[in-house]
Amino acid sequence: MLEVKCLKLTLNGKPIINGLDLEIKEAKIHGLLGVNGAGKTSLANLIMGISYPDGGSIIFEERDITRCTISERAKMGLTLAWQEPARFEGLNIREYLRLNKNLSLSEVENYLWTVGLPPGEYLGRAVDANLSGGERKRVELASVLAMKPKVAILDEPDSGIDVVSLPHIMNGITEMSKQGSAVLLITHSEEAVKVADEVSIICAGKIINAGPPKEMCEWFKDNCQTCNHIGEPSYKGA
Amino acid sequence: MLVVKEYESLLEAYGRAGGNLDALGNKEVGNLVIHENKVLSVNEAEGIKVETQETQNGVNIHLLVEEGAKIKYPVHLCFGVLPEEGLQEIALKVEAQDNSEVNVIAHCIFPNAVDVIHKMDADIKIGDNARFSYHETHYHGESGGIKVIPKAKIKVGKRGVWESTFSLIEGSVGMLDYDFEIFGDEKSINELLVKVFGKKEDDIRIVEKIHLDGKEARGLAKSRLVLTDNARAVVRGETYGNAPFARGHVDCLEIVNGDGVIARAIPLVYVNDKQAKVTHEAAIGSVDKKQMQTLMARGLNEEEAVDVIVKGILR
Repeated sequence: MLEVKCLKLTLNGKPIINGLDLEIKEAKIHGLLGVNGAGKTSLANLIMGISYPDGGSIIFEERDITRCTISERAKMGLTLAWQEPARFEGLNIREYLRLNKNLSLSEVENYLWTVGLPPGEYLGRAVDANLSGGERKRVELASVLAMKPKVAILDEPDSGIDVVSLPHIMNGITEMSKQGSAVLLITHSEEAVKVADEVSIICAGKIINAGPPKEMCEWFKDNCQTCNHIGEPSYKGA
Repeated sequence: MLVVKEYESLLEAYGRAGGNLDALGNKEVGNLVIHENKVLSVNEAEGIKVETQETQNGVNIHLLVEEGAKIKYPVHLCFGVLPEEGLQEIALKVEAQDNSEVNVIAHCIFPNAVDVIHKMDADIKIGDNARFSYHETHYHGESGGIKVIPKAKIKVGKRGVWESTFSLIEGSVGMLDYDFEIFGDEKSINELLVKVFGKKEDDIRIVEKIHLDGKEARGLAKSRLVLTDNARAVVRGETYGNAPFARGHVDCLEIVNGDGVIARAIPLVYVNDKQAKVTHEAAIGSVDKKQMQTLMARGLNEEEAVDVIVKGILR
C-alpha cells in the first residue's frame, strides 16, 4: 500500500535518513521501533510531506507521491498524528474532529468514546492549552480516526502521557486497524509495538531489522537499548 | 412616521448583523435602540432604570442596575448610523449597584458608512459584589469610511466583577481608537478582551489598562488581532499591581497575514507592592506553521487552514 524506497535526507551534511526502505500493508499495524535520534520523526515528516527527501521515493497505491504537498497526501488518504500535537485557540473538539465534513455527530461521539473521552464532557472543549498532554494526544488520535485514513502515521502516541491515557491510546490504535486503516506506529517503547502485526527497527536512518513483534522486541532490547550510538548503525549486521 | 421607518430599517440591519430581534420585542428583556441621535426604543426590565437625553450629535444615557437585582435576561443595546455620513456621540453612565448582576449585549451597526464617526464615552461604576458583563459587537460595511472611538473608565468595587469583550471582525474596521481603563478594588475580577480583524487600510489603536488597586484584585488584559493587506495596529496592554496579592496578566496575540501589515504590541507591567505579581505575553507573527501542517494533514488546503485558525483566534 505504501512503499518507501531508498529514502535519503541529509541535514547540515549529516545523513538523517540513510537509504531507508519500508513497506506498510493495508489494514496492518506496522511498528517502527528506534531510540531517540534514530530518524523516526524525520521519516514521519518525509512520508507526510512536511519535508522532502534528497533521494529515494515514496509510493502510495502505486503512485509516486514523493513531491506531493501535505494536503495532496491527506486527500489521498494519508495523515499524521504529531508527537507534540498543535493546540488551537477557539477551535473546539467537535469542530476539530469534523474537519472531515462527511462525519456525523454520532460518529464523532463514537471516536471520542474509543479514546476514553466522554463526548458530553469533551465535545465543547477547546483544543487548546487547557487540555492535558494525555487528553490532547487522545483527541489527536480521535481526529485521525475521524479522517478514516488509508494510512495513519502515529509519531510516538504513547510518549509523555499519563497512565490513564495509555490504554485508551492503545485501544484507539487497534480500532484504527479494525476500521481498515494501515498504521505506522512510531515509538521507542517495546510495550507499545506489541499491538503491531510487524515491527521494523530503525537506527541511524536505516531499517536494521524487521520481523514479528515479540522477536523484534527482544532483539531491540539486546542490541539497541544499551547502545547510545547515533550516527552510523552500531549493529554489525546493519 | 420617519422614526418608525428608521426603527424598522435599524432592526432589519440589526437582524442581518446577528442581533436577537425577539429580545427587542420581549417586554421582559431590557433594551435600548438608538439611531444617530434619536432614541427609537427603550424597555426597562425589572431592576433596571434607563434615562436618555438626546443631544445635538448623540444621546446621553444613564443605565442603573438596582441594588441586589439579578437581571434574568441579557439587556440588549443597539446603536447605529445607517446613512453614509454621520456623527454619533454616546455618553454612557452606568451604575451597577451593590450585589447586582447583569449581562449587557451591545450591537453597533454601521453598514453603509462612508464618512461616519461613532464615539462612546463611558463612565462605569460597578458596586461591591456586583457582576457586570458587557459584550460589544460591531458590524461595519466594506468601505472602511468609519471612525470608532470607544473610551471607558470603569471602577469595580470590592469582590465586584467586570468582564467585557469588544469584537470588530465583520466588515472593514476603518479607524479604531479603543481605550478602556479599569480600577479594581479588593478581590475584584477585571477582564478586558478585544478581538479585531484588520484589513485593507484599517488603522487600529487599542489601549487596555487595568489598575489592581485592592488587595487580591485580579486582572486580565487580552487582545486578539488578525491583520491582512495593509492594516496597521498598535496594542498597549498595561496592568498595574498596586496592592498585596494582586494578580494581573497581559496577553496579546497579533497574527500578521499580509505584506503591507504593520503590527506593534507594547505591554507594560508595573508593580509597586512586593506581594503583587503581574505577567505578560505578547506574540506577533504569521500563522503558526505546526497548526497549518496539522490542518493540512487533515485534508484542508492552505487557504482553508488559515481560515480555521483565524476564526478560532477571533472567536
